[in-house]
Amino acid sequence: MKVPLGRIAHARSGDKGDTVNIGVIAYHRKHYPILVREVTAARLKHHFGHLVKGDVVRHELENLGALNFLLHEALGGGGTLSLRVDAQGKTFGAALLGMEIEMSESEAI
Amino acid sequence: MIRIANGQGFWGDWLEAPVRLVEQGPIDYLALDYLAEITMSIVQKQKLADPELGYARDFPPLIGRIRSNIRDRGVKVIANAGGVNPIACARQVRRLAPELKVAVVLGDDLYDRIPELLAKGHAMANMDTGAPLSSIRDRILSANAYIGAFELAEALAAGADVVIAGRCTDTALTLAPMIHAFGWGRDEWDKLAAGTIAGHIIECGAQTTGGNCQVDWQSIPDLANIGYPIVEARPDGSFIVTKHDGTGGRVHSDVIKEQLLYELGDPKNYITPDCVADFTTIQLEDSGKDRVRVSGIRGVERPPMLKLSISYSWGYKAIGTLVYSWPQALDKAQAADRIVRERLSQLGLEFEEIYTEYFGVNACQGPAAPPVSDPPEVQVRIGVRGQDRKAVDRFTRELVPLVLNGPPTATGFGDGRPQVREVVAYWPALLPREEITTRVEVVE
Repeated sequence: MKVPLGRIAHARSGDKGDTVNIGVIAYHRKHYPILVREVTAARLKHHFGHLVKGDVVRHELENLGALNFLLHEALGGGGTLSLRVDAQGKTFGAALLGMEIEMSESEAI
Repeated sequence: MIRIANGQGFWGDWLEAPVRLVEQGPIDYLALDYLAEITMSIVQKQKLADPELGYARDFPPLIGRIRSNIRDRGVKVIANAGGVNPIACARQVRRLAPELKVAVVLGDDLYDRIPELLAKGHAMANMDTGAPLSSIRDRILSANAYIGAFELAEALAAGADVVIAGRCTDTALTLAPMIHAFGWGRDEWDKLAAGTIAGHIIECGAQTTGGNCQVDWQSIPDLANIGYPIVEARPDGSFIVTKHDGTGGRVHSDVIKEQLLYELGDPKNYITPDCVADFTTIQLEDSGKDRVRVSGIRGVERPPMLKLSISYSWGYKAIGTLVYSWPQALDKAQAADRIVRERLSQLGLEFEEIYTEYFGVNACQGPAAPPVSDPPEVQVRIGVRGQDRKAVDRFTRELVPLVLNGPPTATGFGDGRPQVREVVAYWPALLPREEITTRVEVVE
């Protein structure tokens, strides 16, 4: 079944220059493998479309049940150069939680 | 065990937070982080206008407010409030709190040394673009090296009540008291990594005690009186994150995880002047109400290079807005954007970028935002940036006329013309650490 990522994970995002980072964290450790399987760099790139001009890189932190994503060239130049209202990528984490992922009924329990 | 609190996550953070931290419970050290990447250029401009300025001006009055607690309870304050003029900052603190011993850490400011360093063959290439610093040398506004915790610990060892640094790392403010109190050595990488990660956890103030937290945010108690974070550090490198009893907010492993990942790059290589910390070794454990135990942290040897924070004059930008109301608010806003762009084009004006967002539709989250149909109002937000001030200035005249000569129901044009703002950009670079010599000075 399809569920929004926010059902099993929370997130926080921020900036480093023109790069957005998003930390995605499973509420329960048993759901971490689902994050690893479903929340791929390619899917993030697609989810944010034209907002992300560069590569998306994923790092795994199994100890925290979390993934860290780096979205390069995602802030219109970043820092003071950016013309965006969300020049520091503060809202990207929440936006990611709306992405639909696939999980079985047994995984959801 | 020592208690280290963070009372300021950035210059502009809640003024009451550090006061409450010293009044509402026991702490031994109060760390205050004032400097964002671009702050150095702001304080540099202030210093050029007045040689007695160039530091975080909120800081001396704060010390004036909490001086009796510093003296009576033995709280030591460590702040990167010095900006590009730590001595002037220290003198002002002494004027407001003459009984306190104030020390400054000097040596991070490289502004006057740039010609010398370039002449010695240091490219100081932009870490993002690879361009050499020489390509912008005439436009440099400030240049500082990020210095580490041992330099701050030296100031604590000199007996200072208040330690004022310029551009040190945010995490060093928290690690320095541990080095000072526990006598950690320069090659105890695991412990230095633990103190660094403790610093990362508290450097953004209340963002680790329930602020900006997505986990069940409506249930987080009493955000109006949110407690700022406190680390209870032990000599073995383990520590507990907590806050004062009776304050608002929440300290829980979920919240700590969000902050651990905040502004994180490669989790295995968190590079500081003191060590390289490995975030994949962190173990968290909820150990009571508003208490999280952190342990297991590993680190490796510090890097041979120090990071530089250089700012330079890039050009100009302006951002203007108009509001269109229902019906067809988005269609009207999009028509307005097309008209502005056509008129800019007819004027022959060229910009590095013209960027348009529809506030109330998808300005923040773009294609990731849920779709809306016929919203009650939309703000169109058009920004330009470029090197030519005249072109940016001309753009600022092109929005308000639309109220009368564009699509219907435009309002909310505020002050009329948007402001032209100078863009100061950030230039991250590296320099061998041998080039940086710091020293501690007690300011009488």
